[in-house]
Amino acid sequence: MPDLLLELFSEEIPARMQRRAAEDLKKLVTDALVERGFLYEGAQAFATPRRLALAVMGLPVKGQDVREERKGPRVGSPDAAIQGFLKGAGLASIDQARIESDPKKGEFYVAVIEKPGRATADVLAEILPQIIRNFPWPKSMRWGAASKDSGSLRWVRPLQSILCTFGPETEDPEIVRFEVDGIASGDVTYGHRFLAPDPIRVRRFDDYVPALERAKVVLDADRRKDMILHDAKDLAFAQGLELVEDEGLLEEVAGLVEWPVVLMGSFDEAFLDIPPEVIRTTIRANQKCFVLRDPATGKLANRFLLTSNLIASDGGRTIVSGNERVVRARLSDAKFFWETDQRVKLEERLEKLKSIVFHEKLGTQYERVERIAALAKEIAPYVGADPALAGRAARLAKADLVTEMVGEFPELQGLMGRYYATLQGENPSVAAAIEEHYKPLGPSDRVPADPVSVAVALADKIDTLVGFWAIDEKPTGSKDPYALRRAALGVIRLVIDNSLRVRLLPAFAVGSRQLKVTDAASETGDDLLSFFADRLKVYLRDQGARHDLIDAVFALGAGSAEGTTGSENAQDDLLMIVRRVEALGRFLDTEDGANLLAGYRRAANILRIEEKKDGRAYDEVPDLQIVNDHGLIEEKALAVVLHQAREETAAAVESEDFEGAMRALSRLRQPVDSFFDKVTVNAEDPAVRANRLRLLNSIREATRTVADFSRIEG
Amino acid sequence: MTSEPAHMNPARSFQGLILTLQRYWAEQGCVILQPYDMEVGAGTFHPATTLRALGPKPWRAAYVQPSRRPKDGRYGENPNRLQHYYQFQVILKPNPPNLQELYLGSLKAIGIDTAVHDVRFVEDDWESPTLGAWGLGWECWCDGMEVSQFTYFQQVAGFECSPVAGELTYGLERLAMYLQGVESIYDLNFNGLEGDQKVTYGDVFLQAEQEYSRHNFEHADTEMLFRHFRDAELACRKYLEAGEPKEGSNDSRHLMALPAYDQCIKASHMFNLLDARGVISVTERQSYILRVRELAKACGAAWLKTEGGGVAA
Repeated sequence: MPDLLLELFSEEIPARMQRRAAEDLKKLVTDALVERGFLYEGAQAFATPRRLALAVMGLPVKGQDVREERKGPRVGSPDAAIQGFLKGAGLASIDQARIESDPKKGEFYVAVIEKPGRATADVLAEILPQIIRNFPWPKSMRWGAASKDSGSLRWVRPLQSILCTFGPETEDPEIVRFEVDGIASGDVTYGHRFLAPDPIRVRRFDDYVPALERAKVVLDADRRKDMILHDAKDLAFAQGLELVEDEGLLEEVAGLVEWPVVLMGSFDEAFLDIPPEVIRTTIRANQKCFVLRDPATGKLANRFLLTSNLIASDGGRTIVSGNERVVRARLSDAKFFWETDQRVKLEERLEKLKSIVFHEKLGTQYERVERIAALAKEIAPYVGADPALAGRAARLAKADLVTEMVGEFPELQGLMGRYYATLQGENPSVAAAIEEHYKPLGPSDRVPADPVSVAVALADKIDTLVGFWAIDEKPTGSKDPYALRRAALGVIRLVIDNSLRVRLLPAFAVGSRQLKVTDAASETGDDLLSFFADRLKVYLRDQGARHDLIDAVFALGAGSAEGTTGSENAQDDLLMIVRRVEALGRFLDTEDGANLLAGYRRAANILRIEEKKDGRAYDEVPDLQIVNDHGLIEEKALAVVLHQAREETAAAVESEDFEGAMRALSRLRQPVDSFFDKVTVNAEDPAVRANRLRLLNSIREATRTVADFSRIEG
Repeated sequence: MTSEPAHMNPARSFQGLILTLQRYWAEQGCVILQPYDMEVGAGTFHPATTLRALGPKPWRAAYVQPSRRPKDGRYGENPNRLQHYYQFQVILKPNPPNLQELYLGSLKAIGIDTAVHDVRFVEDDWESPTLGAWGLGWECWCDGMEVSQFTYFQQVAGFECSPVAGELTYGLERLAMYLQGVESIYDLNFNGLEGDQKVTYGDVFLQAEQEYSRHNFEHADTEMLFRHFRDAELACRKYLEAGEPKEGSNDSRHLMALPAYDQCIKASHMFNLLDARGVISVTERQSYILRVRELAKACGAAWLKTEGGGVAA
């Protein structure tokens, strides 16, 4: 079976786009082939800085022959109809059509159209130019003389040549001939830009890969990564050091070279006074180099590893010394920033925050800091933090934004604040909170535990949420430019992971009051709370909780259980919601729980039917006199237990003892079972019947103290 | 090739570097222009790049352009930063298919041998919000150091470039520091001579850096600068209007695109000075950039109605 080899050779493709582009190329070509009925055995795609390559193995030489029968008009139809049929089916005369008959329709013409399968190479020559023209680069450009015409080819950077061959293993493959904007496909590629720039004639994938290797090009990005990692570890080991691994950097660096050569450089030990994160960030961001540490102490070493794209004739001496110069200059800058920043205390920087606009409608960073500080002090007692420390930490939390270091490396925000706070003698919790108040930044980020950090982190996120809600900049669909979903998830994780009791609505209210937004609607709180409910559901589902149990607890919602309205009884205590869901799950796993659910369903079904039939609800309290006078023993027992269970459950819920509430409910199980065994609900006496329906309603009501059982599935 | 006198060696002489680049690009058919006689923030502002990048006419030019970045001044105390420095600018329209090779040839000409130096093209998309311009390309690395910017212009002054021009910008001081192996800009050998005759970059520019830093950060007359910004903006509009083709005339050309563009350059520099003085708030900043961009766009539109922009005489 023949194979396809395609290479698109261009000027340097951005590293971050290479992997995706290779995948896209594979998918587009194989999809287009399959769509046209060409199946294949396997496909592999590759990318280097200068080429995308695709090998599709085991394609047929040509497509399947297609035989199509087309029904025509009845025999004896008007000539116009016959002519139309002939034209549509591509027949020269009606003699070429067959005549078939059908008991209903009688005799009619049938044309048999046979299409031989097309040669695969021809089909490729048709689909590949389209794919190249419409390639989904994140950003593309025009170039050269052709760019004076609109509609000229766009590519990520100028496309230089196209190699495309197709053929079986045993013979010389043929070039799949096509042209895109004056670039004709051929069987030639080029090696490494400097080490082997000459043209290389290629026949198929099997000789393409080794030919490139000889020309100092490693086609496979994963192999380049392995080479870099392996060499880096070896070089580190030889110096008694350890590589500080960095997958993101490794991926990027592998996209910057066709032939990786790892070299070690060093810098003055004096620079090690700078915080290690700063050294690492500087060297990584600007130089795309790895740093090393001493395995004994875990401290950074004054070495770095660079990945060059060259087997240099001087063994890399020039390259190393050049890189060392740049690292030295960068670290000098960093050291300068580090030292200058320390001359100004964090609180003295606050004034400068007045000139940084946080959001046009939400004021400056300075105003935001004031709001967060006030909110953090309010929240502090609920999370076990000293309000004074929380306030102090919040005031200093954003001060590092105007330091030189954070100006240069925004990703060091928070961390630099912590360093500077520690140096100026702040309480350790305050210093930690400055770094940690941004956390957690996502579902896998660490959740701070120090109460001061928690207070400021909550205040920071709640201020953000309340603010953007007030100016109506909520997330919609996939758009969430201010990362508000992440902020809400952060609040949820801070509360749940630390088992904290924080009522959200009062916190929202404090946050809202501080905003200078005039039309901050009063319903902000409730709307934001329902946003939290959605985020909490997502969070619990991710944690493996049953979604129906979450719904069952949430369905109790704002005040519905006890008939109150508004926010008074709203579910704004995240921890309690989670506890309730957990307790409910455990209860339903017990036999008592499962049976009670069955009993509940029976009661609910009967009630639904009868209430519908009678056109009324039976939601009054059962008349105990009627039970006593006419009831069976099972009915009396149920009435008594129901009364007790309701009270006990309510009391347990009141004291937040959800396990107790479930236990109290479980005592209903036996009397409910017996009731259904012995008692006929639809009694002859209408008064008795009505009262029994009220009893069933009481079962429903009793379960509603803990959850809406109607939402439970399974 | 005749052998260079030692004092013209680009690895020893700042001016030797400039002259070598000029000669190299002259051989590629570039007109070698002199710096534009106005204060600009980057070589791109030179009308030989901004305006000539627009329209269908082929164009090849190279020139040194002093660039003023008032905010980057460091009173002469930072060995790597200046408020006034030189860029070497090359523009080729349309870009030839071998522009990368031509660029590498220029590195070879100034003594960067790719057998021992690691030269790389690292993604860097270029954008000038004030000029309404953007392009794709790279920063060119030599042994981990950015030595040039390489851009395929896609849009200038809000107009599509057709055809696309290739633009190269060499940071001359940084490149020279690497070639000469010095750690401070001020230690660069300017004239390539030694002993009494040696003139360093510091001899030429240190005092200027100190004086202009004082000016840019402390003393520049902000009231005057605001006024000059408004004046330049008004003048630009006025000249654009005055240069518009007259109704009923056979001549459909714009007659004053270049003088109008000068005022756009002026406004941009006024803004940079005001920004360095710290008197423009974050929100205002955006609106000033927008105002300059509007001027640049209007000038670009006018240029496209001139001969240089492709209109037949």
